[in-house]
Amino acid sequence: MSSWLDHTINGLIVGNVYALVAVGLALIFGVSRLINFAQGSIYLVGAYIGWIAVVQLHTPLPLTIIVVAVAAAIVGLIIERFGLRPLQNSVRIAPLLATIGISFVLDQLVMLIFSPNPRALPSQLPDVRFQVGGGTIGPLDLLIAGVGLTSALLLFVFLRYTKLGWAVRATAQDRDAAMQMGVDVNRVNQAVFGIAAALGGVSGMLVGMYYNQIDTAMSLQATLKGVVAEVVGGAGNVPGAVIGSLLLGLVESYGVAVLGTSYRNLFAFLLLVVVLVVRPNGLFVSARQAPPEPLTGTFIAPSRPVNIPRWALLVAVAGFAILPLFPVSFYVLQTLINAWLLGMLGLSLTLVAGTMGQVSLGHAALLAIGAYTSALLSLVLAVPAGLAVIGGGLMSAALGTLLISPSFRLRGHYVSIATLAIGEIVALVILNWESVTRGPIGISGIPPLALFGYDLISPTSVYWFSLAVMVVLALLQGRLLTSHLGRSFRAIRDDDIAARAYGLSLNRYKSIAFIFGGFAAGVSGGIAAHLYSYINHETFNTQQSILALTVVILGGLGNVVGAIVGSVALVGLPEVFRIAAEYRILIYGIVLLLLVRFRPQGLLGTV
Amino acid sequence: MEKQLHAMLSLRGLTRRFGGLTAVDAIDLDLARGELISIIGPNGAGKTTLFNLVTGLDRPDAGTVSFEGQDITGLPPERLAAEGIARTFQLGRVFGNLSVMDNVLIGAHTRLRAVKPAVPVIGPLLELGLALLRPSRVRAEEERLREEVKAILARFGERLLPRIDQPAYSLSYANRRRVEIARALALKPRLLLLDEPTAGMNPTETAEMQGLVAELKAEGLTILLIEHKLEMVMRLSDRVIVMDEGKKIAEGPGEQVRTDPKVIEAYLGHGLSGTTEQESAA
Repeated sequence: MSSWLDHTINGLIVGNVYALVAVGLALIFGVSRLINFAQGSIYLVGAYIGWIAVVQLHTPLPLTIIVVAVAAAIVGLIIERFGLRPLQNSVRIAPLLATIGISFVLDQLVMLIFSPNPRALPSQLPDVRFQVGGGTIGPLDLLIAGVGLTSALLLFVFLRYTKLGWAVRATAQDRDAAMQMGVDVNRVNQAVFGIAAALGGVSGMLVGMYYNQIDTAMSLQATLKGVVAEVVGGAGNVPGAVIGSLLLGLVESYGVAVLGTSYRNLFAFLLLVVVLVVRPNGLFVSARQAPPEPLTGTFIAPSRPVNIPRWALLVAVAGFAILPLFPVSFYVLQTLINAWLLGMLGLSLTLVAGTMGQVSLGHAALLAIGAYTSALLSLVLAVPAGLAVIGGGLMSAALGTLLISPSFRLRGHYVSIATLAIGEIVALVILNWESVTRGPIGISGIPPLALFGYDLISPTSVYWFSLAVMVVLALLQGRLLTSHLGRSFRAIRDDDIAARAYGLSLNRYKSIAFIFGGFAAGVSGGIAAHLYSYINHETFNTQQSILALTVVILGGLGNVVGAIVGSVALVGLPEVFRIAAEYRILIYGIVLLLLVRFRPQGLLGTV
Repeated sequence: MEKQLHAMLSLRGLTRRFGGLTAVDAIDLDLARGELISIIGPNGAGKTTLFNLVTGLDRPDAGTVSFEGQDITGLPPERLAAEGIARTFQLGRVFGNLSVMDNVLIGAHTRLRAVKPAVPVIGPLLELGLALLRPSRVRAEEERLREEVKAILARFGERLLPRIDQPAYSLSYANRRRVEIARALALKPRLLLLDEPTAGMNPTETAEMQGLVAELKAEGLTILLIEHKLEMVMRLSDRVIVMDEGKKIAEGPGEQVRTDPKVIEAYLGHGLSGTTEQESAA
């Protein structure tokens, strides 16, 4: 009984923290129909500013809160002004990609400045516990509850009784009408981003104090949790976001009580997937709304792909094929092998995100499924490595499509959230399903690649093998794009309502795209597993998903040759310029942002 | 009675509410094979919502839709397309990044046979395999459809044929409307729903469009037409239905409907005494 009360209190406190993030997300979604993937990064920045204030400047608690809120708000304003406002009139995919890029850049900056090692963020409150009924409650719990309630009250007063608050509500209801009535939408956006960032930053600081620890992994978790809470409450619905957050906190707390800590996130993501499938408009909005107005802009930037003559492609492939015959270093081959593996992943993602318009943020999960399947097939069942890789591709195609299928009825940002969550679910299952995946220990001693009984151990043979596999996959995908399936995928991307009215089943064609794309990604993961000889649950992480997305944007959405050019560029250029590894991710994020802003069609154009 | 037996499309008590607003209010309608019925009414009368209910983009709160004697209420749009119901959209929904050719080929999607075997469960896999391997049957089918698309585009004179490989986003507004109609025709529809096909067209273009719709009607196609240009409605329609605030307020031959006092009031009354109208309706 007492522990039950403890779990309830804990759930409500954690829910309060989620609410601070989710309310900001809901405000932003309300006025700009945008899910701000950078919200978690602001939360992270808040935690570290809190650390500076407490540990370095020794500020008293009230001042700490103010410092964090103001500093985070400034970050939010900068994001709005320089990251998003320039994209106001661009295609719908642009702000989505921009917030992903911003989030990546911020996280990496924090990591570079403060190192990835966790830090202690001491609570500035006395460490006592009060008995309440059968449970206990500490001053920090009360502080979190107090901050949550105060923020909710302030926000309510702001939205209800101030002129700017009215403008925010008017803009959320009908942006165009508000503009025509003279509402300064830019000011509304600023206000909303400032408030959201201040709340997010304070929330990060409170969580840091609550667990007495902060690290850079907090960011993604916070974004995910906030988004889950917001979507559960109904996107853009501020009170809904609060209720969704408390519900999420309770579900997690009880879930952990029953099954253990390592399952905490699983509950959040399962809750998200269930809500998205059953009530995509959230728990508090009628599931049957008016059909959406026809969309005025297309999802991706219209452009004509650069036409590369066939002979030039042949020359390029032949050139790379004979490269190992020249005296090139092992290092060059190794770099290019990485590029070919990334190229396969890029092919997969460019089909799904570019041709089909499903911007997947969980693509690394497909690599992981392929890698684990291939590794286990060759280790446990002694399947030859060549066949095991194909098995990995098939498993990725089948399981990946099955797992992603709940997101088939979603659009735009929701697909990205769902795939992000599904990717996390896969990682958590790999971590927890020890009897099969060997859990956190990972799988070691994976045999090398082999073809027809010959081991492929020399770098040259691995190079040729991966180049050949990638070229075959690229040729198949090129052929796919010229078939009726290519035009069907692109039609669904451009306008799924018109596509359905002409007989295209979204489930059927999204499945086919994910089956094909899943195979390519699974093969890439399978080859990687045999190449590395050791894999664990962290080998294939969100960074790779984002890297693949950058590759796809760089090459041009849906562009087969572009995906390969993008891979070679993103893997090769940092090597050429000898950029230290820790700066690379930062550079990928900046490249993504610059592309979205200045060349959304990529190098070779959207197909 | 005769007409009812042969009705291709029958709506009975079709109703759709959005919150407190009844957008479509207990509409009955019978459309016979080969007939052309126009639906007119002020903006916001519920015409497009009615189209959405018939084509499965929206589901009714009450009432039934039957097509060729079969109850199709609430079926998904992709099923209805396969049944031979094609529509165009009021504000235009061409596939912007697809060429004119590909846009119209999507219209023929439900007629693909060779590449889309009707096999349960593994159907999608076979479709993927056939799309990649492309045996001669599949190539022949694709070739035949491409020729057909060219024939359909030729109906629009020189408007679309010279632009066949251009992406739809580069077309003029009127040409995008034409692509939509070409796409609908490629489905070889049994029932065609046109939602304001001449919106945004100048008088010459409107006359061309009117000529095309007249041709389609003469070929025996069954058509439901939403249109604001009354002259076109009067010339083409076998019957006219007038909607206002979700309700059918008049039905009959064009000339009769035109002089109906209720219709005149619906059109003029909104401008003159809109507020009192709404109050009395509430």
